[in-house]
Amino acid sequence: MGKKLLIHNDKVPNIHTLDVYRAHGGYASVEKALKTMTPDQVTDEVKKSGLRGRGGAGFPTGMKWSFLAKPEGVPRYLVCNADESEPGTFKDRYLMEKIPHALIEGMITSSYALGAKTSYIYIRGEYFYVARIVEKAIEEAYAAGWLGKNILGTDFSHDCYVQVGGGAYICGEETALLESLEGKRGNPRIKPPFPAVAGLWGCPTVVNNVETIAAVCPIVNMGGEEYAKIGIGKSTGTKLISASGHINKPGVYEIELGIPVEEFIYSEEYCGGIRNGKKLKAVVAGGSSVPILPTELILKTAKGEPRLMSYESLGDGGFQTGTMLGSGGFIAMDEDTSIVKNLFTFSRFYHHESCGQCSPCREGTGWMERILKKILDGRGTEADVELLWDIQSKIEGKTICPLGEAAAWPVAAALRHFKHEFIDYVKNPKNIKDVKHYFRLNNLVEA
Amino acid sequence: MKVTIDGIEIDVPKGTTILQAARMIGPEVAPPTMCYHSELKTSGGYCRTCIVKVTQGSTANPNPMPKPVASCRTEVMDGMVVQNVTSPEVLEARKGVVEFLLLNHPLDCPVCDQAGECNLQDLAYGHGAANTRYEFERREFDPIDIGDKIKLHMNRCIMCFRCVKVCEQITDGRVHGVVHRGENAEISTYIEKAIDNDFSGNVIDVCPVGALTDKTFRFKQRVWFTNPMDAHRNCENPKCKGLVRLWLKGDEILRVTARKDQWDEVHDFICNTCRYDKKKKTDWVIEGPTQVNRHSVISQNHYNHLNELKVQVMKQQKALGFMDINKQP
Ligand code: SF4
Ligand code: FES
Repeated sequence: MGKKLLIHNDKVPNIHTLDVYRAHGGYASVEKALKTMTPDQVTDEVKKSGLRGRGGAGFPTGMKWSFLAKPEGVPRYLVCNADESEPGTFKDRYLMEKIPHALIEGMITSSYALGAKTSYIYIRGEYFYVARIVEKAIEEAYAAGWLGKNILGTDFSHDCYVQVGGGAYICGEETALLESLEGKRGNPRIKPPFPAVAGLWGCPTVVNNVETIAAVCPIVNMGGEEYAKIGIGKSTGTKLISASGHINKPGVYEIELGIPVEEFIYSEEYCGGIRNGKKLKAVVAGGSSVPILPTELILKTAKGEPRLMSYESLGDGGFQTGTMLGSGGFIAMDEDTSIVKNLFTFSRFYHHESCGQCSPCREGTGWMERILKKILDGRGTEADVELLWDIQSKIEGKTICPLGEAAAWPVAAALRHFKHEFIDYVKNPKNIKDVKHYFRLNNLVEA
Repeated sequence: MKVTIDGIEIDVPKGTTILQAARMIGPEVAPPTMCYHSELKTSGGYCRTCIVKVTQGSTANPNPMPKPVASCRTEVMDGMVVQNVTSPEVLEARKGVVEFLLLNHPLDCPVCDQAGECNLQDLAYGHGAANTRYEFERREFDPIDIGDKIKLHMNRCIMCFRCVKVCEQITDGRVHGVVHRGENAEISTYIEKAIDNDFSGNVIDVCPVGALTDKTFRFKQRVWFTNPMDAHRNCENPKCKGLVRLWLKGDEILRVTARKDQWDEVHDFICNTCRYDKKKKTDWVIEGPTQVNRHSVISQNHYNHLNELKVQVMKQQKALGFMDINKQP
């Protein structure tokens, strides 16, 4: 059994209540930080821990914190990004639903480190019931004095609020999230300035993912150096993985970073192998936007080394033969899966979610979706397949925010590793199976 | 601060953007723009036509920037090295942007009132491909009236957000914004409420395409058959300087617009009284014929004094193998 730090208590009855959470050692990090440490010491522990952002980009959290501008007389904010919307990712929901106090505890400890008197938890609109759970937990925390004025009799006061989004993927982009939090249209901002300098209402702001913030508690409790011993190399600590797709045991797993991908898929402790005794065909390892990899490349790197669940190992080989850990949305696909159909679903999603500010993403995402639909309708040509490649290359890197890339990468990777399937579909349209059923499932009118 | 653009070095003050620096050097190296407008704060960054490659970030940090950047929203650093027309990569990317911009844009310049003074038309001539590869249906909207003087034809809109910024920054009270998302995003007047204030007409001038047009002028005349004159009057409106451009046909004033500079940008926004209500020659002190100094169809016919600039621009364009729109067939 690997070490668990975040959801080890998830099966304890009523762990969502303050009393039970406290009885299982909850809020220890707040006590330790506020009573025995200075804010900078907390930041130092986070730096030492090597914790990296769990939202997708994997940026070192301690470094992000140290970029926070601290001008006199200007409030600073901590904002928790709970707008978890990447297809295939549902770990933050699990954490908030089961152990909401873990997030609130992390918010208090992190805010103490950052000197933020106010923090916000921005939860996606579709998670309205999760928002209620978190709000309830916040109420409990206020009543017990963990939030509010002079926490634990110190001069640190803190207020934490929940804001529910309208249900837009783009609001998970940190600057779009801030716009939305300010009550505006959730459009990503043009950077610079970065939120660390001018974020929420123009004030210095740190935006962190739910899991990142929750991970601050064990780091403070055990010390950064201890935490850094878990994991492998620069991928320290544990990570929540949302496992879905054609596996025997889908769900949220906490892994020690660095376990082999093969173990994760086939061991009974985790996914338990591919369902119905089928063979694995491909894996999207970190949420729908990261490049898909065929079995050979997900189990072993191009160099023939076993692929590990870590930022470095999954990234080994760049996008040519590697992928990314991303948000940890692990989607396994069996041998019967049509990569073209799968890609169409992804492309359809990004088309729907583009905010529409910048031309390559606004226009390009729809174009790619339409071409894929055309191919699935059996009307595609080889030129269409080439065109898809060209379009994605003209979106990637030319946009304001990473949604452009998120839309382009899956297309590029599918074409890189599974081009033969696209060519097969355009040459032998009769090989396109069950497409009507598929369109019906997706509420698509047949063309 | 020293910055080098396409091999030409220039010294600029701190806070200058790459685009402004390039414009200081001249039209040879200035990237084309669609959404940036210098008088409008926070404009630019959306259309991505002005992207350039930064091959050296600064003297202090000589690393190249990983992705192309929007020159209109990126400030120069000391020792920065930028490639615009000298980078085939940038030209290719720009071609892509032009294609994206034209994707949902009707290709019906012959019946569009903006033809001849349309930034997108110019951009497409200069940087686009000859054919479209898009075979699907374009998005369609019904034209709507925004008040009694302005027509909005969303089909032609390229989402540059300039009109939204005019309404936010120049006119009083924001009655204009964007609804919906992505490809379905739409300029709207919350919702269909007419824009009605002193400076609303300026949205027409800042619109780079034919999405917002002047209903009092629409389809009266092709711009290149009109005769633009710079003129002024003592405007009663304290916010308006009364500096305008009259577009005449014979003695008749067909329309009044704000003055635009070499980059097709307005610096002195004009009030609606000047724009719509002063259409008699006696209302104005006429200064003389406008020096249309940009490369566009409106600079055809009577503008021989432009030769010098044309030669300059043509040199750049020829070097890139662009179509010569001045050549007689
Ligand atoms: S990349 Fe897409 S989502 Fe991001 S700002 Fe541009 S249009 Fe909006
Ligand atoms: S002009 Fe710079 S992005 Fe549009």
